[in-house]
Amino acid sequence: MKKSIASLLLGTALAVTTAGASFAQDKTVKIGALSDQSGLYADLGGPGSTLAAQMAVEDSGLAGKGWKIDIISGDHQNKPDIGTAIARQWFDVDKVDIIVDVPNSGVALAVNNVVKEKNGVYINSGAATSDLTNAQCSPNTVHWTYDTYMLAHTTGQALVKAGGDTWFFLTADYAFGAALERDTTAVITANGGKVVGGVKHPLNTPDFSSFLLQAQASKAKIIGLANAGGDTTNTIKQAAEFGIVKGGQKLAALLLFLTDVKAIGLETAQGLNFTETFYWDMNDQTRAFSKRFSAKMKSSAPPTMVQAGVYAGVRHYLKALDALGGNPHDGVKVVEKMKSMPTEDDLFGKGEIQPNGRTIHNAYLFEVKKPSESKGPWDFYKLVGTVPGDQAFTPLSESKCALLKK
Amino acid sequence: MQALYAQLLVGLINGSFYALLSLGLAVIFGMLNIINFAHGALYMMGAFVAYFLLNLGGINYWWALLLAPIIVGIFGMILERTMLQWLTGLDHLYGLLLTFGIALIVQGVFQNYFGSSGMPYAIPDQLKGGMNLGFMFLPVYRGWVVIFSLVVCIATWFLIEKTRLGAYLRAATENPTLVRAFGINVPRMITLTYGLGVGLAALAGVLSAPINQVRPLMGADLIIVVFAVVVIGGMGSIMGSIITGFALGVIEGLTKYFYPEASNTVVFVLMVLVLLVKPTGLTGRAA
Repeated sequence: MKKSIASLLLGTALAVTTAGASFAQDKTVKIGALSDQSGLYADLGGPGSTLAAQMAVEDSGLAGKGWKIDIISGDHQNKPDIGTAIARQWFDVDKVDIIVDVPNSGVALAVNNVVKEKNGVYINSGAATSDLTNAQCSPNTVHWTYDTYMLAHTTGQALVKAGGDTWFFLTADYAFGAALERDTTAVITANGGKVVGGVKHPLNTPDFSSFLLQAQASKAKIIGLANAGGDTTNTIKQAAEFGIVKGGQKLAALLLFLTDVKAIGLETAQGLNFTETFYWDMNDQTRAFSKRFSAKMKSSAPPTMVQAGVYAGVRHYLKALDALGGNPHDGVKVVEKMKSMPTEDDLFGKGEIQPNGRTIHNAYLFEVKKPSESKGPWDFYKLVGTVPGDQAFTPLSESKCALLKK
Repeated sequence: MQALYAQLLVGLINGSFYALLSLGLAVIFGMLNIINFAHGALYMMGAFVAYFLLNLGGINYWWALLLAPIIVGIFGMILERTMLQWLTGLDHLYGLLLTFGIALIVQGVFQNYFGSSGMPYAIPDQLKGGMNLGFMFLPVYRGWVVIFSLVVCIATWFLIEKTRLGAYLRAATENPTLVRAFGINVPRMITLTYGLGVGLAALAGVLSAPINQVRPLMGADLIIVVFAVVVIGGMGSIMGSIITGFALGVIEGLTKYFYPEASNTVVFVLMVLVLLVKPTGLTGRAA
């Protein structure tokens, strides 16, 4: 008995010292930037997100402190099976510690499970579904940039309050569209409005005229676009062609990115209201970062909010690792550290990560400028209002996240 | 009921694109025996050429309708001369694989330089606005697309089936040795035919630029549907592909109305059904 206790103690002591030693010395990190590299979300995330992650690593200054940080990137092609296969390979073979970006809610939720299973870290910037920090929250996940609850409670609420009390939805037929429609519908009904109809369209649809005709026939005051990227740009462009806005109906682009506005052109996009949490031309810091970013991008485009979120998320992750003194390769532990530190960076300002993994920061209501107001190739937005983070995102009291019930 | 008429009309508009593209494919397959998988990429190039002409050369839409098919058609002829002609007499599969590879390369190059979200191309001033038809608001531009494509389709059919040039062409594919004996340059005719088919794809690209985004993947998204159209219509049948193109546009439009979730797959369901009943397609002749 004595012998076994002694050996147990010895074993424990050994384990602690070796763990401590490797913990202090292990300064290697591998970041996997998983995005849509070639499809309809490639411009808003894609190679720009990988660049943002690289810039975060460079700006962290950890290389100077002896850290070795590598980045690999992958293309999930908007398919959950491909996304999870890459994620598994990254954890099992390539020894990746953290996966970042992952636009497309369908893929994002699937990858969420893999990261939890492998105890990695997951900083999602590109996906919108609020389920990531709600019903499907995970101790390994931080959702950085925006979500469907925020979009519904900013753009959606502002439009209902401005008199848009009847809605018709054009919804992308997958996890993201469903979440955005659900969250926006809740806001509309809570504010006395009504949803009179809707249509679910397949992802990546080139022609929206049939759907727009149905929206027109519904006589709803607002046509809510619960879609993103190429689908949104095509809808807006074709809605202009069918005279929808001229006919008195209003388009609510619930999710619109800088690259979308560029693709539509100011002539057609002018006057649209929408919400983002980052715009390159907000202040001196965002402009300085964007200038550095554009110089490295082949298209010389400034960062979208998704790419900015990747940068900020990776910066905060590396700060947490620095504070821990080394990389424990234990996702839950790193994310706990990230949650314990307030967030602050040049792009999103001050904020925090809530216990459910939701990052809280300001959200901004923008309006697309008229062509005559725009002074440069990427001068697109007019700031209409600022919504403080605690009002924009899901209050913890309403969150269904299991992590909160401890 | 009104909504149904509107959907029929909208279906006809999309059908115009299917018809124009499948017509080009049918011409190329019928005359060259090549399954031209690069057709979508060439359609995309048509839209991009129109965009460049406008933004770099200040050349407007109307000139683009003429110039883009010629420019892309010449590109097609170079492809035929340098690569495709070596496949004469080989199995269809080789042509399919080669053109598929070409399509991937062309799309990759454009994507590398222009990203994926695309560029705007405005509707020409003369065709802006719309008409209230009572049951729907019809954008003038879409009406123009239907009429213009119909004219082009009928003209192409006439050229191939009713003129002397068309007769030579058809003869050259049936029996090249004999036609050559009459002193007709068969390889040149084949090259020109490929150029014509490619030009039709580019023309559809220019027509589509003001409606859709000018995007590197615009052809890739469409080409599979167009192939289904060609298969349903009967590979190589000119009239078959025109009629099927318009008809499938309408069927797809109606699906978007009654059961939108299936709108992307309805064409393929039809394809399976047609192939089960009539493997040569609706108007195809047995090989």
